[in-house]
Amino acid sequence: MVFPYPDDHTAPRSVHLGIDLTDGGAHPAAWRAVGSQSQRLFDAGRLLELVTTAQRGLLDLVTFDDGFALQPRGRGAVQGRLDAALVASRLAPRSAGIGLVPTIDTTHTEPFHVSKAIATIDHVSAGRAGWQVSWSTGAPEAAAFGRKGPQGEADAVAEADEAVEVVTRLWDSWEDDAEIRDASTGRFIDREKLHYIDHEGIRFAVKGPSITPRSPQGQPPVVVSATSDEALALAARRADVVRVSAVDAGQAAAVRARIRDAAAAAGRDPDTVRVLVDTYVVIGADRASAQARLDLLEDLDGITWDTDSLTHVGTARDLAATVEEWTEGGSADGFHLRPSSLSTDLDAIVDQVVPLLQSAEIFRREYPGTTLRQTLGLERPANRFATAPVARETA
Amino acid sequence: MSTVNPGSRARKQIHLGVHFPGVNNTTVWSDPRSASQIDFSSFEHLARRAEEARLDFFFLAEGLRLREHKGRIHDLDVVGRPDTLPVLAAVAAVTDRIGLAGTINTTFNEPYELARQFATLDILSGGRAAWNLVTSSDAFTGENFRRGGYLPHAERYERAAEVVEVARKLWDSWGDDAVLADRRTGDFLRPDAVRPVDHRGKHAQVSGLFTTPRGPQGHPVLFQAGDSTDGRDFAAATADVVFSAHSTFEAGRTFYDDVKGRLAAHGRARDALKILPATTVVLGDDLQDAQAKAWEIRLQQVPGRTAIAFLEQLWGRDLEEYDPEGPLPDVEPDVDNVSITRGRVRHAADPRAVAAAWRAEAEANDWSIRRLVIEKTARGGFVGTAQQVADDIDRHVQEDASDGFILVPHLTPGGLDEVFDRVVPLLQERGSFRAEYAGTTLREHLGLAAPGRGDDPETADLTSATLVG
Repeated sequence: MVFPYPDDHTAPRSVHLGIDLTDGGAHPAAWRAVGSQSQRLFDAGRLLELVTTAQRGLLDLVTFDDGFALQPRGRGAVQGRLDAALVASRLAPRSAGIGLVPTIDTTHTEPFHVSKAIATIDHVSAGRAGWQVSWSTGAPEAAAFGRKGPQGEADAVAEADEAVEVVTRLWDSWEDDAEIRDASTGRFIDREKLHYIDHEGIRFAVKGPSITPRSPQGQPPVVVSATSDEALALAARRADVVRVSAVDAGQAAAVRARIRDAAAAAGRDPDTVRVLVDTYVVIGADRASAQARLDLLEDLDGITWDTDSLTHVGTARDLAATVEEWTEGGSADGFHLRPSSLSTDLDAIVDQVVPLLQSAEIFRREYPGTTLRQTLGLERPANRFATAPVARETA
Repeated sequence: MSTVNPGSRARKQIHLGVHFPGVNNTTVWSDPRSASQIDFSSFEHLARRAEEARLDFFFLAEGLRLREHKGRIHDLDVVGRPDTLPVLAAVAAVTDRIGLAGTINTTFNEPYELARQFATLDILSGGRAAWNLVTSSDAFTGENFRRGGYLPHAERYERAAEVVEVARKLWDSWGDDAVLADRRTGDFLRPDAVRPVDHRGKHAQVSGLFTTPRGPQGHPVLFQAGDSTDGRDFAAATADVVFSAHSTFEAGRTFYDDVKGRLAAHGRARDALKILPATTVVLGDDLQDAQAKAWEIRLQQVPGRTAIAFLEQLWGRDLEEYDPEGPLPDVEPDVDNVSITRGRVRHAADPRAVAAAWRAEAEANDWSIRRLVIEKTARGGFVGTAQQVADDIDRHVQEDASDGFILVPHLTPGGLDEVFDRVVPLLQERGSFRAEYAGTTLREHLGLAAPGRGDDPETADLTSATLVG
């Protein structure tokens, strides 16, 4: 099989915009806002409407958070989760263009299962899967599995690192053209093009090959949130997309430089890493009405919204200006938008912010291809196990 | 259904599932009509056509390690498949009513994760999830997992039973109407709607609160395929559907009687468990035409190299120098080499005796290696005109050789189109098979009761108050 390739030289450079579709929005009280469809929080139809909207805005990707602990019963917070990988897969046949990026934990899962789950989402979406890597240090998650006690951050990240190594090797354990269907010799596959990964690590051993053939993107993009020094180091080694926290352009530029330096030190081309700043979004017709919406949510929640990164409370025009300023200044490759309330802010982003960015000629007017890697401007990587370079069709 | 005579006993209803063509030599990949076993369009085709025919469910198999033969990856059959549950979640997006059954191993998965995946699939499909539970425990498969192949063979059903027990505790830990989402009061969940689970067993230690709401079916439908005494007892105690290998009439009746007879000991009604053998269908204009087509398919399924590889499994040695169109090997099986084929069960207890019997049978009938393998791997199945096949299927069900069938096509993905178009309408006409879905969930299609929650509100409330707050 030959998959299409991005043409980096002609595709106009675009800012990259991801969006977080977790729960009813990033604000804990979002589900209590008017029009939040809170009764339909776990409804596939609601999720499909959200992805359809994000896709209308030509956004790069959507993420779904996940975890093995029920959210604590805070005042009025959402409780309950669906398995994020299955949500992404459920949405795949009914969407196009947009990347689907579920979170999967590495602390309590089997890398073999993670590998085939993401590869399968990539197959059913024709190349739009990504994997947001997470790990857990909590006692509730450990008790849900009962296999080991809670781990510290450094240990959990080290385990995630090993898991990503195994998962990405399994993604390459089939060469693209391994399936030959050669009736003359009776062979369905060329087994020389399937590879044992023979991982013998500190924490686990995995033989391979995967049961799932290499997927359309070969390597679905890996997304890591740089939430600690250890996580930043992992992201610089392993991630295609790094989510960072920053409250101003200077801080964003510094963390981006740090990641790019660490990536280069790890032998990677820093230009193959996309650094997105987590951005909390409350949009209103003017600054006062945006603030009023936030005040209402804070009143419902009873506490001030404590965000850890850039938080935009204002107009679509001001958000577009911030995006343009930070991007042009080299502070970020893009933004991972976290709407305070999905029912309101997602529409405002798609219908107001995106057209402004397009007018400023810093955001795409159509998807450059069909895969998430193409949207991110990343090449489809060669297979690490391939013995000879495979001839590729070029556009 | 309106054609049934008034006053007569209603006809027993047939249940039919479809098995997506798999990694086995039933699937003919060399045929020009054979499409990808990976592309989503193949899954979508079979699931949608089956739903248009009002079938009960769509079924996916699984194997967690690629099979090996003589120390190398087996390359003669279809190899490779996508992950079961994400495929079923995607199929849920392109269908509305058909059940979605997936094979998942209890040895190499953890109950908390399985429970939330099946609850999620049940929610995202509007109550159509089913779990075909398998129990392989071999170290060969275990090499792909951090747990490794630690489970002694004898304990595989013990672990399976415990995994199901824990999964059911987790599904039952959420009330049916737990999500209140009261914007005014700020109560997202109904108070005490989620109770903690605390399971301390030999194979699993799981405690805390479950993340995922209870699905529309309460529990997904549970399939089980084991044929051993342990497997049959496990099915009688636990399963909703048995995926049986006994598709011929007499063997089917014997198996049906045996398994249904085990239900009473577990306090279950005879129709609480459905028995569905896997089978194939070959249609023709007349019986002779159908038989000729069936023979052509058998030849496609067993090319020469496949026949040799099949013998090598029994012989335990390399037989590549033998001509598949010639007589059986004169060498004796190497009984010490038990690992020539890995990733599937080796059947013969005494390979030398079996080899001697096969040799005698082949000589008596003047059969080649290939012909003998075709005979030995025959799985029965229905062969005839559409009317004959409909009559046969109905007879098996009305006379208690089964409750229906899981249809296994030999071509991906259109191998059953003819059956949907020509056989199913005949079953509908005679009132043995639904013309429309009566319900929305797989439990409703199969006529299975909704499971209770095993409620014990007093103790549940006490513990949840301490843990949830």
